[in-house]
Amino acid sequence: MSEVTNLVRPAKVLVTKIGLDGHDRGSRIVAAALRDAGLEVVYTAPWQEIPTVAKLALEEDVDVIGVSSLATDHLLVPKLMKELHKAGLDYVKVIVGGIVPDNEEQDLLDAGVARVFHPGADMADIVGTVQSLAGEAQNDAARQL
Amino acid sequence: MTKSELSEAGRRLIERLYAGNPAALSRAITEVENETAHAASLLAAVQKSTGKAITIGITGPPGAGKSTLVNALIGEYRAQDKTVAVIAVDPSSPLSGGAILGDRIRMAEHSHDTGVFVRSFASRGHLGGLSRTAGRVIDLMDAAGWDIILIETVGAGQSEVEVADIAAVKIVVSAPGLGDDIQAIKAGILEIADILVVNKCDQPLADQTKRSLKAMLKLKRQGSQDIPVLGTVATTSEGLPELVGEITIADEKQRLGTGLVDRKPRLRRNLAEALGQLAKQRLRQNTSPEIDALVAALESGETDYMAAAETLLDGGYLGAVADTAARARITGS
Repeated sequence: MSEVTNLVRPAKVLVTKIGLDGHDRGSRIVAAALRDAGLEVVYTAPWQEIPTVAKLALEEDVDVIGVSSLATDHLLVPKLMKELHKAGLDYVKVIVGGIVPDNEEQDLLDAGVARVFHPGADMADIVGTVQSLAGEAQNDAARQL
Repeated sequence: MTKSELSEAGRRLIERLYAGNPAALSRAITEVENETAHAASLLAAVQKSTGKAITIGITGPPGAGKSTLVNALIGEYRAQDKTVAVIAVDPSSPLSGGAILGDRIRMAEHSHDTGVFVRSFASRGHLGGLSRTAGRVIDLMDAAGWDIILIETVGAGQSEVEVADIAAVKIVVSAPGLGDDIQAIKAGILEIADILVVNKCDQPLADQTKRSLKAMLKLKRQGSQDIPVLGTVATTSEGLPELVGEITIADEKQRLGTGLVDRKPRLRRNLAEALGQLAKQRLRQNTSPEIDALVAALESGETDYMAAAETLLDGGYLGAVADTAARARITGS
C-alpha cells in the first residue's frame, strides 16, 4: 500500500449508492477493503437520494465520497456535485466506481469527480487513491476553517 | 487557572455553531473528536451554554435493537417538534483501526429532516462502549441548541457502563431470548439503567424476559424496584410514548432549580479522561533515569504497578517541569 503522509486524522469515507440500482456487492467489498486499510467508513444502503447524501456528508464531516454505480446512476453524479457545492462541501473529494462507459468518464471528471474506477481496478490502487484524496480534503477543509 | 485561548477562526466557528449552522457543529465535532489544537479552546468556549439538552444514553447487547429504538425515539421527539442530535458509536477493528459505521442505516427515514443531526463515531480502541471523546461531543451538541441528544453505544456486553457518566438518562435495551435468568442477575450494564427496555416485545419469550428483569430488580439495592421495565416494538413504535414519558420523569429528577441538568458527573468523567491521557503522554515523553529506575523496580518485583503509579502521581513526578524534590523522593537520594 502506498505511504500516505498528508492525513491529519484518520480518513473518513462515505461509501454509498445513489439512484435506483440496488446492486451493492461492489460497494460492500470496497467498504470492507477500506476498513481493512484502517479507514473509517460510513456505509449506507443503496437508493440514497442526492440531498440525503449531501446532508450525510456534512453531518459526518467525511473527506471522500465513493459512489458505486452499476446501472447508469453515474449520470446522477454531476447533480450530486452541484448539491455538495450548495452545501459548502467543495473540499470533499468524490470518486466513482463501477460501470462507467469510457465516453462518459470525461463528463464526470469535468463535473469535479476526482477519479473513476472501472471493473478490474486494483484494490490497492483504490485504497491508496482514497487515502491520498482524504489527505487533500482534510487540508482543504482546514484552510476553510 | 489558565485555559486555551480561542483563535479567531475558532471564535467564528463558535458563532456559526450558536447560530444553528450544522456545518459548523460538524466541523467543531471533528476538531474535538480528533483532539486537534483547537479542541480544548472550543470546548471551554461552549461550556457556559450547556446543560439544557436532555441527554439519553442507549446501551445493550448487539442485535437488541438499539439503532432501531433510536430511530423510533427520533420519530417521537420530532412529532413533539423537538430537535434531535444522535451520537452513534461503532467499534473500530482491533487489527486495522478501520471501522464500518452503519448505525445510521436504521435511521434512514429521518435522513431528509433538518431537525435531526446524526454523527457516527468509531470507538478507536476505547473500551467502555463509547469513543473517548463522546462526552465532549455532547457539550458541543448541547451548546448548539439541540433539544434531545441520543447516545448509542457499541453493542455492549456486561461492563460497558461508561455511558452512565455522560448521559442523564440511561436506557438499557435487551431483547427476548438473548440470555437466561442468570444473565439478568449479573452485575454490569443492568445496574446503570434508569429505564429497562425489552425490545422486540412481539416475540413469544418477551414476557418471560420482562419477568426475569423485574425479579432481578427485586434483589438489587434499595430503590431499584422503582426502575421501570418497558416493552417496546421499535419497528412499529409500540410502547414508545410510554418510554418517552419515563425519559421525561428520569430527566426531571436530575434538573436543578435552574432547570439545567447537573453536568458535574459528565465534567468529572471528561476530566478523568483528560487526566489519564495527559499522564500517559507525560510519562511517555519522560526519559529520565528515575522512570527507568521505577521500571527496573517493577521488573525485579520490588514494586507493583499500583504502587509505582502512586509514586508517580503523589510525587508530582508527572509535572511538566521536573521537581527536584519529587525526583529525590522517587530515587530516595
